[in-house]
Amino acid sequence: MFNFEKEFLSDLNKEVKTGTTVMAVTFKGGVIIAADSRTSSGSYAVNRVTDKLTPVHDQIYCLRSGSAADTQIISSYVSYYTNMFSIEEGSKPTVKKAAHMFREFLYQNKQYLHAAIICAGWDPIEGGSVYSLPLGGSIVKQPFATGGSGSTYLYGYCDMNFKENMTEEEAEKFVTYGITEAIARDGGSGGIVRKAIIDKNGVRRKTVYGNKLKKFWEK
Amino acid sequence: MSGIGTGYDLYPTTFSPDGRIFQVEYAHKAVENSSTAIGLCCKDGVVFGVEKIILSKMLVEGTNRRVFSVGEHIGIATAGLTADGKRIVQNARQEAKNYENFTSDIIPIHVLTERLSIYVQVFTLYNYIRPFGCSLMIGSYDEEKGPSLYCIEPDSVALGFYGCAIGKGKQEAKTEISKLKLSEMTCKDAVKEIAKILIKTVHDETKEKEMELEMSWVCKETKGKHKLVPKKLIEEAVEWVKGQENEED
Repeated sequence: MFNFEKEFLSDLNKEVKTGTTVMAVTFKGGVIIAADSRTSSGSYAVNRVTDKLTPVHDQIYCLRSGSAADTQIISSYVSYYTNMFSIEEGSKPTVKKAAHMFREFLYQNKQYLHAAIICAGWDPIEGGSVYSLPLGGSIVKQPFATGGSGSTYLYGYCDMNFKENMTEEEAEKFVTYGITEAIARDGGSGGIVRKAIIDKNGVRRKTVYGNKLKKFWEK
Repeated sequence: MSGIGTGYDLYPTTFSPDGRIFQVEYAHKAVENSSTAIGLCCKDGVVFGVEKIILSKMLVEGTNRRVFSVGEHIGIATAGLTADGKRIVQNARQEAKNYENFTSDIIPIHVLTERLSIYVQVFTLYNYIRPFGCSLMIGSYDEEKGPSLYCIEPDSVALGFYGCAIGKGKQEAKTEISKLKLSEMTCKDAVKEIAKILIKTVHDETKEKEMELEMSWVCKETKGKHKLVPKKLIEEAVEWVKGQENEED
């Protein structure tokens, strides 16, 4: 059957995707989230200093991978609703609540979307939590999660190096090295490493610039 | 037949010169014609009691319900036009379900009350739909926050109460309730006290026919779930009330 879009608009329709690496890890006292900074459109890096760490609420962040447009609009919807609910209820939302809102949007609109989200943050009830919301709209709570095209290179690394209840320093090293390695191996990921540490005191953001990234096995 | 509000009482869209909306006030009158319902906020839960007038011996006991569950954890007791009450309960159930689907948490009672209040208020704005002719008492029990009791009137005002009564005998009931020490009372005791108020104070045996007691509770014992009070407990409470009468004689 003749598809107008496919025949005439194929170039214009190449979505801006975040070929990406994102990670979120729980540690003793909170979560650390990290991401690379490349947004690509085909082989062109549209933005080499992207901030993929998107705030949803005071102590809840989300990591976006997939179509940039889809993930941006959904995270702004969830941000809107978490803010509205927190005013209505008089208390801050839990990470579980925000994650389930993501799930509702992703699942109900799955035909139209190409979005995968990791929702991570700190709340007084569960402490640090990480929820993974992959492409189909399912939701699963995990001690750590990775996402994006670069995450395929990190499964072995994570399985071997993750420990429960790490200290903040250990967890920070864990994510920084992970993103660094994915940037080295994955063409869709690049640039700098952006990190955020979320605990009961709030959010602390850090950046590791390209020249400071540790070099692993390289000739 | 001219009354107080003549000329200004045809539609809810008209204010009277002294700033009243008579249609909403008439809706209150509909509530005052109905039999009494009481809600008590005790130290370990909330108990509802409704005086149901038995209109016919052919009616099956336990039908014509006046208390409803919303979600598993919230109870609503109605007074006034029962059909109106059921409509609002339907809306409440929708709200609770949607909230739960969206956020994976059960709806907090103060959020539900606020939303029902807004819903009821809409019906006081237009001339083509009438206000609801019922009052609702909404109660819930939470491990952390404790028991909560709210009352929504036809004018959509929602207030939080320790003890509340709506319907025909609300004045006498409220007087009796104010004598009770609610913060020290358990739900089991409240069942007896409510039975006493409804049977002795509110129900007029000479004027009205027989009554049936419908009681429900949300408390620590039911683990925060809204359930009908077991029939045995109600029978024991009625016995206790009869015993009290004999003592006083």
